[in-house]
Amino acid sequence: MKERIKKLREQSLSIKPYVTPERAKLITEFYKANAANNVSSLVRRALAFKYLLENKAVCIGENELIVGERGPAPRATPTYPEITAHSLEDLRILDTRKKTSFAVDAETKKLYEEEIIPFWKGKAIRDRIFGKMSEEWKAAYEAGVFTEFMEQRAPGHTVLDDKIYNKGFLDFKKDIKTSIKSLDFLNDPEAPKKSEELNAMEICVDALIMYAERHAEKARELAKKEKNPGRKKELERIAENCSRVPAHTPRDFWEALQYYWFVHLGVIIELNTWDSFNPGRLDQHLYPFYKKGLKEETLTSDKAKELLQAFWIKFNNQPAPPKVGVTAEESATYTDFALINTGGIKQDSSDAVNELSYLILDVVEEMRILQPSSMVQISKKTPDAFLKRALKIIKTGFGQPSVFNTDAIIQELTRQGKSVEDARNGGASGCVETGAFGKENYNLTGYFNLTKVFEVTLNNGVDPRTGKEIGLKTGDASSFKSFEGLFEAFKKQLNYFVDVKVKGNDIIERLYAEYLPSPFLSLLIDDCIAKGRDYHDGGARYNTSYIMGVGLGSITDVLASVKYNVFDEKQITMQDLLKALRNNFEGDETLRQRFLNKTPKYGNDDDYADEIMKLIFEAYYDAVKGRPNTKGGFYEINLLPTTVHIYFGKVVGATPDGRKASEPLSEGISPVQGADRKGPTAVIKSASKMDHLRTGGTLLNQKFTPHLLADEDGIAKLAHLIRSYFKLDGHHIQLNVVSADTLRDAKKHPEKYRDLIVRVAGYSDYFVDIAVDLQDEIIKRTEHKSF
Amino acid sequence: MAKGIIFDIKRYAIHDGPGIRTTIFLKGCSLRCQWCQNPEGQETYPEIMLRPSRCATECNECVSVCPQDAVSKDANSIEIDKAKCDLCRKCEDVCVYEALEVVGREITVREVMDEIEKDKVFFDESGGGITFSGGEPLMQLDFLEALLKEIKKKDIHITLDTSGYIAFDDLDRISDKVDLFLYDLKIMDDEKHEKFTGVSNRLILDNLRKLAGKEKSIAVRIPLVSGINDDDQSVQMFAEYIMSLEKIKQINVLAYHKGGCEKYKRLRKEKFPKTFQSPSNARIEEIKKIFADYGFSVKTGG
Repeated sequence: MKERIKKLREQSLSIKPYVTPERAKLITEFYKANAANNVSSLVRRALAFKYLLENKAVCIGENELIVGERGPAPRATPTYPEITAHSLEDLRILDTRKKTSFAVDAETKKLYEEEIIPFWKGKAIRDRIFGKMSEEWKAAYEAGVFTEFMEQRAPGHTVLDDKIYNKGFLDFKKDIKTSIKSLDFLNDPEAPKKSEELNAMEICVDALIMYAERHAEKARELAKKEKNPGRKKELERIAENCSRVPAHTPRDFWEALQYYWFVHLGVIIELNTWDSFNPGRLDQHLYPFYKKGLKEETLTSDKAKELLQAFWIKFNNQPAPPKVGVTAEESATYTDFALINTGGIKQDSSDAVNELSYLILDVVEEMRILQPSSMVQISKKTPDAFLKRALKIIKTGFGQPSVFNTDAIIQELTRQGKSVEDARNGGASGCVETGAFGKENYNLTGYFNLTKVFEVTLNNGVDPRTGKEIGLKTGDASSFKSFEGLFEAFKKQLNYFVDVKVKGNDIIERLYAEYLPSPFLSLLIDDCIAKGRDYHDGGARYNTSYIMGVGLGSITDVLASVKYNVFDEKQITMQDLLKALRNNFEGDETLRQRFLNKTPKYGNDDDYADEIMKLIFEAYYDAVKGRPNTKGGFYEINLLPTTVHIYFGKVVGATPDGRKASEPLSEGISPVQGADRKGPTAVIKSASKMDHLRTGGTLLNQKFTPHLLADEDGIAKLAHLIRSYFKLDGHHIQLNVVSADTLRDAKKHPEKYRDLIVRVAGYSDYFVDIAVDLQDEIIKRTEHKSF
Repeated sequence: MAKGIIFDIKRYAIHDGPGIRTTIFLKGCSLRCQWCQNPEGQETYPEIMLRPSRCATECNECVSVCPQDAVSKDANSIEIDKAKCDLCRKCEDVCVYEALEVVGREITVREVMDEIEKDKVFFDESGGGITFSGGEPLMQLDFLEALLKEIKKKDIHITLDTSGYIAFDDLDRISDKVDLFLYDLKIMDDEKHEKFTGVSNRLILDNLRKLAGKEKSIAVRIPLVSGINDDDQSVQMFAEYIMSLEKIKQINVLAYHKGGCEKYKRLRKEKFPKTFQSPSNARIEEIKKIFADYGFSVKTGG
């Protein structure tokens, strides 16, 4: 690693994230001014974007190669008061909480108290959302049946395709003009609105070009003062880059990266889209520039690597905007989920792995930083060498890259109705979510607590934690004569809560379309320009909404235990079971041990449990799939948790799988922590009994001790294990290669393990940064020892 | 249908032959190697393993369920009167803490096949298959033969891990169904072999020679125990003998580990073995080098 990169990396790692009031101040100024009030909300948002880019600080760090920060400096994290107007109490919590904290200085607090809070209270979209939700919705939300992704974060789960590498922003402007020209004001009642949207987009095009030019000016200034001739030349080159892109197409590798970075900044300054905006298939997009550079001898692979590393640091400089409340619990991390895709297949279906794919993996291995995250797409055509290269990085225990099944991703996308070309150009983003890059608004709307729904079913619609009636009266649990009867009641509750969630989602989607459209993001996602529609209003070619099922392992083991112990083996009556659960197994450890050790469990390739998993999968799929959203698209399911399985566990009492009250639920589609006792092939067999191809992503986490991967033979066998899972249509697998002892030591001596990154769920995090209960949970996750 | 007694089925076994494998452990062995790592494989009959540390003091189920009055327990321990116990397994069934476990169960060929077929996709993908280990799998020859026939029908690779201590005709009966032999050699000096394993090595060495003569695919496995067979002379004797067979190219060395000792305690074996030491990693590398210099392909494990 070059000295320059080392220093920039160290800087990015050592600065504690802090809240900058810059954006909050500017956006409030803008909204207070009259200019904002005399235009449509579409144009208002565009002008707000322009105002931010005109007035925010321009930052070019020492020895940087790629320039631009979201805030005034690295790790300075802005807030988005139009979405969440943090209260003074929120700011205090952010400042003082143990994990994922953000320093907040007195000046910021004062500004909030005097300017931000008074202006945005009641107007922030968070306030509007909670103001419009039904009593049923609030009851379910407060009970922890589901979470709401959009209450503090704008919907923006999307990834860029290759369009910016072939088109400058001035070309986008031409497309906008063409679209404006083709508006039919006589026959299309939507034409005036479309015209507003397109005008707004045009303002955003100019704004980003202006913002880049501000960097060019700054670079020229710095170059003039620079004494070191080498750096002087670099600064002149940076100035040239910023004048060239994004206005025009990039001409080389460096410009391509700088172009993407300006676009990225645009997206994350416009709104806190939070989840995962990223360049997507980076090895594909950059390869032509890489090849050309090498051929013309204007680039070496070393230089390309250095530029990529500089690019990596830019991601790490932008912690996810501060979250509070349930959102902070469900997503307790600094990562903003950018997931760089490598490998996969090309649009013509041939293997896409190239030299740059390997070079990117080298970068991942050397950088060892939280952001961006990285993954390899493995298709049946992918060479083993590439998979093994990835495994050798995973082996070092840093939780990256994760491993995805390209063939499954493509089938998932085409099943959802995407063209095969769009599917092949797609991939996974965020944690594991499948998407048609550059063409899809795939909106994660919230996590769904399947185990809680069953708890409410067992209690005839009442949440036993609070005594409140939050669900349907589906019958007294003791009245069910068969497991099938009980399961029917569970399905009714499930459908009811999905109804409540979807009704809420409809309102929230409209609130964003009305109050916080995203004309800048709309530029980037097909077919917003052609349709003249906003990203939040059905502009994207594909519009998919997700509700993410959480705790499949837990709910399976819970239902398997009830079926086995109450109905089949008659070990216990329903009444006694409910009593034991109410008492949190106090005084009945033997019963709990029976549930833990003598009851079928998911993850052991045991059909008794796995068939129940399939029933649950089908019930959840039926409850969610195919419902229309308000953007012309439909609902799909996926199964992933980020960190919400901890929060969801906290709100669920003791469960019939032997879990005590408040303990975490299982994550993704992984078995309950410690329930899988037959090794990784059994886990994979269990997990592949569900139909992954009918989801938009599943998350399987497996922890391996390092010695299973100690030699080439171990790596080859792990590669075979993964290939087998993918042959069975598994979507994704991620591997934590670290010993439990290491983790225990890290928990005790966090100072010694500042750089220890572990795979949490769909992403990696610094082990010392995550909550203690999550630390314990990761330690507990089954270690597959060598046999 | 043929039945046999096994004591374990391990999936994702990655050190017992090529690819990803399922290893079936058959019970019963004629040898009593003092460093035995799988003492639960020695006897042909089921045995009870005790893990008192898992036991909950307030629970008394095992004691009350036992029809033979063979189980006793106090605050710190559970004991089984082996003379009284008729292995009815009732204690195992009621013990939710998994403190009592019967190792060894009767199983049919069909039942073993069901387990085997569960991981077929992994065998196909990795070039793996089934490994028979133990104990000494050849002690249950009819059962083994019936299994091998069924497995061959499914076109699955078969590895047999054997001590070679059996009449050659018996070994030969199944040899054409085995794709790879993992053939254990412990000590070349016969007297020493008898001292540490309980039997002479003459039959073992003869069988290896005959098997090699039949062009079978064989890897010799040597468990390395410090002070027993890890000196230069012992290693050279192994190498010279295997060289003399001309057909064998592969030697796998396995380092002794103390994993077996705990099992003796759990089995309440009367004769508790002495504890040995594993050669150092450096010594293992030296030994591998000696074999390699003879022209063998050598690896650790497998």
